[in-house]
Amino acid sequence: MLYVAVATRSFRRYSTYVAATLAGIFTNSVFGVIICFVYTAVWQQNPDAGGYDVTDALTYAWIGQALIVTVAIWGGGATDEVAARIRTGDVAIDLYRPVSLLGWYLSADLGRAAYHLLTRGVAPTIVGALLFDLRAPAGPVAWLLFLVAVTLAVVVSFGLRMLVACSTFWLMDDTGVKNLAAVLAMFLSGLVVPLVLFPGWSRDLAMALPWSSFLQVPADIWLGRRAGTDALAALAFQAGWALVLLGACAAVIARARHKVVVQGG
Amino acid sequence: MADRLLWGLRAYLLLSWMWIRVSLTYRTSFAMLTLGQLLVTGLDFLGIVVMFSAVDALGGFSLPEVAFLYGGAGVCLGLADLLLGNIERLGQKIRLGTFDAMMVRPVPLYAQMCSDEFALRRLGRITQAAVVLAWSILTLDLDWTPAKVLAVPYLVVFGTAIFVAFFTLGAAFQFWTTDGSEAANAFTYGGNTLAQYPLTIYPLEAVKALTFLVPLAFVNWYPSLFVLGRADPLGLPRAMQFAAPVAALVLAAVAAVAWRGGVRRYRSTGS
Repeated sequence: MLYVAVATRSFRRYSTYVAATLAGIFTNSVFGVIICFVYTAVWQQNPDAGGYDVTDALTYAWIGQALIVTVAIWGGGATDEVAARIRTGDVAIDLYRPVSLLGWYLSADLGRAAYHLLTRGVAPTIVGALLFDLRAPAGPVAWLLFLVAVTLAVVVSFGLRMLVACSTFWLMDDTGVKNLAAVLAMFLSGLVVPLVLFPGWSRDLAMALPWSSFLQVPADIWLGRRAGTDALAALAFQAGWALVLLGACAAVIARARHKVVVQGG
Repeated sequence: MADRLLWGLRAYLLLSWMWIRVSLTYRTSFAMLTLGQLLVTGLDFLGIVVMFSAVDALGGFSLPEVAFLYGGAGVCLGLADLLLGNIERLGQKIRLGTFDAMMVRPVPLYAQMCSDEFALRRLGRITQAAVVLAWSILTLDLDWTPAKVLAVPYLVVFGTAIFVAFFTLGAAFQFWTTDGSEAANAFTYGGNTLAQYPLTIYPLEAVKALTFLVPLAFVNWYPSLFVLGRADPLGLPRAMQFAAPVAALVLAAVAAVAWRGGVRRYRSTGS
C-alpha cells in the first residue's frame, strides 16, 4: 500500500543520520540520569508522592526520555516539512495530488516515529535500566497495550503539530506558534514533572487535555497503574483525541485550499 | 592581536544589529517567540514549584534557595545562548555549504558564527530567570555583606563565560561530526538543568566530576554556597568558591584550541 511505502521510506530516511541518532541517545541518557537524581530526592522526602513509588518515578523518567523524540513532544517531524512547503508555495503540488495530504504526512511521521522508538526509545531505556532499578511492563499484554498507546500518542501529537503547521497558511511563519505549542506540550505532557504530582484540580485538567496522551498515559500503562479495562479506557481517550484533532486538521486544510493561489509559470 | 579582536567585536555587533532588525520584521511572530521563550523557562520553574507541593526540601534546600540556584544558572545560560546560541547550527551550515561562504568574507569566522541569526527573543528566557533570581533574593533572609552583593554579578559574568566556552566546544565538535550537534546539548542545556538543583542531590563522585572534570559546579554552585551561607558538602577549601575565573579561563582556552583546530581541519563538503 502507498501509505506503508511512505512510512518505510521515511523510516529509512531518518536512519541515514547515524551521528545525529547517537548524539541524541547520549543527550537523552544524560538528561535521564539528572532527572533520576531529582526524582530520587523528591521520593526520598515523600515516598508515595502522586501515588508513585520511587521505582515508578525513575522508570517514568526514562519513559519520558524515550518518548520525547518518538512522540515529537516539542515539535519536529513530518509537519516541519508541511510548514516549509506552505511557506514556499510547494504545498500547491501536494494539494492537487491524488492522495490525501493528511494521510501522506501522517504515514511519513509514523515511519519516523518507528525509527526513533527503536533507536532513541530503546537505547536510553537500556542505559537507564543498567544504571537504575526500573520496572518493566507486567507481561505481553501490557507490552502490547504500551505499544498501542505510543502509536496513538504519535497520532495525537501529529494532529496538534499539523494544526500548528497549517497556521502558516495564514501567518506565513509558524515559528512563534510552534514555540508556544512546544512549551504547552512540554509541560502538559508530564515531561517537566509527572502529571500525577500536579496538585488538586490542575491534575484533573491536565489529565483531560490531549497532551496527557503523549507521555502520562503510555507511562501509566507501562507501570501497570492503568491495567485491564482502565487501560482500554486510556486508549479510548487517546483515540478520541486523535479523531478530534485529525478531523480539525482536515477541516483546516479544506479551508486553506481556498487560500492557496497557484501562480502560473 | 588587539586590532583583530576589536575588528571581530565590531563585526559581531554590526551583524547582530542586522539580525535584530530582521527579527522585528514579523512583529507578531517576534512577540510570540519572545513570550514563548519566557514561558518555556517559566513552566520549567513551575515544574519545580509543583515538586515542592509534594516535599518541603530538595537535598536539604528550600524552594527559595533552589530558586536562587535556578535563577543563577538560567541567567548565565540565557546570556550565553543570546550571545552565541546559533553557533550550534555549525553542522547544518557545513552540510548546506553556507559555512564556505563565511570563510571567504574578510570577517573573523567566530564573530560571523556567533552573530548569525542573532535572536533577540532570547531576552524572554533571561527575563524569566532574572525574575526568579530576584524573587529568591527578596524572599530569602540573607545577611548581605559587600562581598555577597558583589558575588551576584560575579556569578553571572563567570557563569556566562563557562557556558560560552561549552557552546563553543560543542560547535567545534561539529567539525568532526557534522550532524552530532545534539550531543552538545547534554553539556549546555543539560548542564543548566543539572545546576538548577542543589548538587547535594547527586552522588559525591558526581560533584567531584562536576568540579574538576566538567567544571559546571563553578557556574553557580560554589558562588551560591557563598551567598546562601551554606557549607560545602565536599569540604573543599573556601578558595574554591572563588575559583570560577580559573575554571572559565581554562575552559575558554580549551574551547579556543578546539575551535581553531576545527577550522584548520575543515574540508568543505562540496555542496
